[in-house]
Amino acid sequence: MVKKILARSYLSLILIIMYAPIALLIVYSFTESTNIGTWSGFSFDLYRQMFANEEIMEALLNTILIAIASSVVSTILGTLGAIGIFYSRRRMKRVLNGITQIPVLNAEIVTAISLTILFVTLGITFNFITLLIGHVVLTIPFVVLSVMPKLQQLDPNMYEAALDLGATPSIALRKVIIPEVLPGVLSGFLLCITLSLDDYIITAFTRNNSFSTLSTYVYGVTAKRGALPPSLRALTTLITILMFIFLLLTNFRKAKAVKN
Amino acid sequence: MAAEKILELKGVYKDFDGVSVVEDFNLYVKKGEFVTFLGPSGCGKTTTLRMIAGFEMPTKGEILLNGKDISSIPPHKRPINTVFQRYALFPHLDVYDNVAFGLKLKKINSGKVNKKGEPILRHLTKQEIDKKVNDALKKVDLEEFEYRDIDTLSGGQQQRVAIARAIVNEPEILLLDEPLGALDLKMRKDMQLELKEMHKKLGITFIYVTHDQEEALTLSDTIVVMNDGCIQQIGTPKDIYDEPVNAFVADFIGESNIYSGTIIDDNHVHFLYHKFECVDKFPKNEKVDVVVRPEDVEIMEKDEGILNAKIVSKIFKGVHYEYILMVGKMELMVQDTTSYDVDTEVGIYVKPFNIQIMNKEFKSNQYIGYLDKYNNLILDSGKLECDITQLLKGSHVDEEGYLVGPDGKIYDLTDADVKVEVGLGDIDIEDGEEGEIVGEIISMVYLGDHYRVIVRTEEEEDFVLDTIYTWNEEDRVSVHIAKEKIKLTLTKEIKEYEKA
Ligand SMILES: Nc1ncnc2c1ncn2[C@@H]1O[C@H](COP(=O)(O)OP(=O)(O)OP(=O)(O)O)[C@@H](O)[C@H]1O
Ligand SMILES: [Mg+2]
Repeated sequence: MVKKILARSYLSLILIIMYAPIALLIVYSFTESTNIGTWSGFSFDLYRQMFANEEIMEALLNTILIAIASSVVSTILGTLGAIGIFYSRRRMKRVLNGITQIPVLNAEIVTAISLTILFVTLGITFNFITLLIGHVVLTIPFVVLSVMPKLQQLDPNMYEAALDLGATPSIALRKVIIPEVLPGVLSGFLLCITLSLDDYIITAFTRNNSFSTLSTYVYGVTAKRGALPPSLRALTTLITILMFIFLLLTNFRKAKAVKN
Repeated sequence: MAAEKILELKGVYKDFDGVSVVEDFNLYVKKGEFVTFLGPSGCGKTTTLRMIAGFEMPTKGEILLNGKDISSIPPHKRPINTVFQRYALFPHLDVYDNVAFGLKLKKINSGKVNKKGEPILRHLTKQEIDKKVNDALKKVDLEEFEYRDIDTLSGGQQQRVAIARAIVNEPEILLLDEPLGALDLKMRKDMQLELKEMHKKLGITFIYVTHDQEEALTLSDTIVVMNDGCIQQIGTPKDIYDEPVNAFVADFIGESNIYSGTIIDDNHVHFLYHKFECVDKFPKNEKVDVVVRPEDVEIMEKDEGILNAKIVSKIFKGVHYEYILMVGKMELMVQDTTSYDVDTEVGIYVKPFNIQIMNKEFKSNQYIGYLDKYNNLILDSGKLECDITQLLKGSHVDEEGYLVGPDGKIYDLTDADVKVEVGLGDIDIEDGEEGEIVGEIISMVYLGDHYRVIVRTEEEEDFVLDTIYTWNEEDRVSVHIAKEKIKLTLTKEIKEYEKA
């Protein structure tokens, strides 16, 4: 009994440590006070401020834009890549598998610096495309990793069965293999979105300085003024809520998949 | 049925990374025939089927369809469909769409021609597809299942969908790779009958793969017995059962008693310590393998048969009893409907035409090797001690290891190539991997009072031996051969090796 209580309180403590800051932020996003800790009455003023702040709005749009663009590119390339690796010869397969997984283990900062050096050496000016490449490099291994298990679950003769029935290799890919691994492709896509949304390091290194995303914007203002502008509390709350909805959606999809 | 060859395999070989999986495969299949590839697991059945379907390219040899080489035609262009070992249905499609998959891709002649006079091709219409799919589903008894999801079907139903999906395309040849392997016994028996029925109705050529000999005997017009990548025998089920060409086939098909025997004269063979009348003609004194099927042995009163034997075990098998009898140290399995008590002494008779005599597969092991500096024999698999004085009468080996002839001439046999012969009884095997030569037991056939074991080394050298001890297939063993049991012959004249 004592054990149980201890275990419970330990768990609660951890959860409190994890969520208290966020909870605090959310609560204080509904007041005007500049300092957290002084409650100056309930208001949506910070939200109004946030939506009126063009910089924040632009950063938000940019963040969404780059997340969607890079995820689409990564998902397409990653899926085809996984299929390519899966159906390549055994020895080749091992090598390719290793290569695609290095970026997952590699420190993000290393990837970021390497990319920067590459772009500089090639004389490429930083623009949306370099940022896109940065995010694709960041996210693509995760697509491969989520599609690969689906391929491994396929009946080993699936592709051949399609050929056998008269499909050309490309039709077999489009009509059989891709539909069969679609759940993996979708979770890969969702993973890409979350990774891209909150990325700071790669973004900071590969963007053009006039292009800011939420993460670079937040970092920028705190670095300059030292203190968080109060409207960021509203922004954080918004992001948290969006992420929460997103999480629910993914879990809902998973639950449905399990049921089927 | 016209004896038209629809498919022909000529000298087909298949290697995977240098390991030979199919060797010198020669077969022709007649239109409308039901041909079965039968053999133990790993003998190359699936690989052969995959070469016919086009998923693998032969390393060597030709595959002809209606007389034309199809080696370079990709699988999707071959008029051949496959029912896979694990069905390989498309789970994201329902039953209807699985069956319609091939039809939707198919293009047929529209009857019109373009300006250049070439025929214009068109897809099938929705109605045409509908009709064909419904027909196919009716043939496999799944009319009501059109819109069911694949994973809501039982194994047997999935099996039927796989068959419908293949036959709906009206292939010239239908390949079936152990299609009933995943079903339970009762279901398998039912499906066997249905397949046989379907083959009759459709008139399509079936090539069927199984390792179940009973299934092969029930279904086939022709059986191709395979072992270790090689065809052992091709024939009707009756041929194969009644006249197996070697001990492997006899052992694999049905129950059998297999003995070593010796031909006495044109009408008699000696085995089981007795002289039996027989009808097969073999050279006098030839060592042979003899097969007697358990149901062909007749039990009678003591002293009334050719020999007497004692019943040591009795098992009721539903329609008959299965007895094990001892004749001296040899076992004889007998199936008989009459009940006899264990320990009874009975007489045994076998009709001459029920004694099947076969060439002995191996009379001795033969290898090519060479001698090293220390007069050891080097085979692909390892080193053996041997006696080189047998190469020259009256010779001996001097202190430096040279062979000295009776006339004092000195020979240096380092690197000399030799032919090696070792008898089946002269090889010993021992558990474990301690010895110079290590291999795996790949086959074991009981020959009445001993086993014939084949040990294969990693270097693909086989050591065939007779032993009274029981081993298991896949055991790793080391091979020992006594020095004096290794018979050597030089491939060149001995004078070539004379020391200057
Ligand atoms: N792609 C491959 N690469 C390497 N070896 C292979 C390959 N395919 C098959 N083999 C080997 O070839 C041999 C024959 O295999 P195959 O699948 O043809 O046997 P099978 O007669 O169909 O056996 P089973 O009854 O178990 O299905 C096996 O030893 C197998 O390991
Ligand atoms: Mg197989």
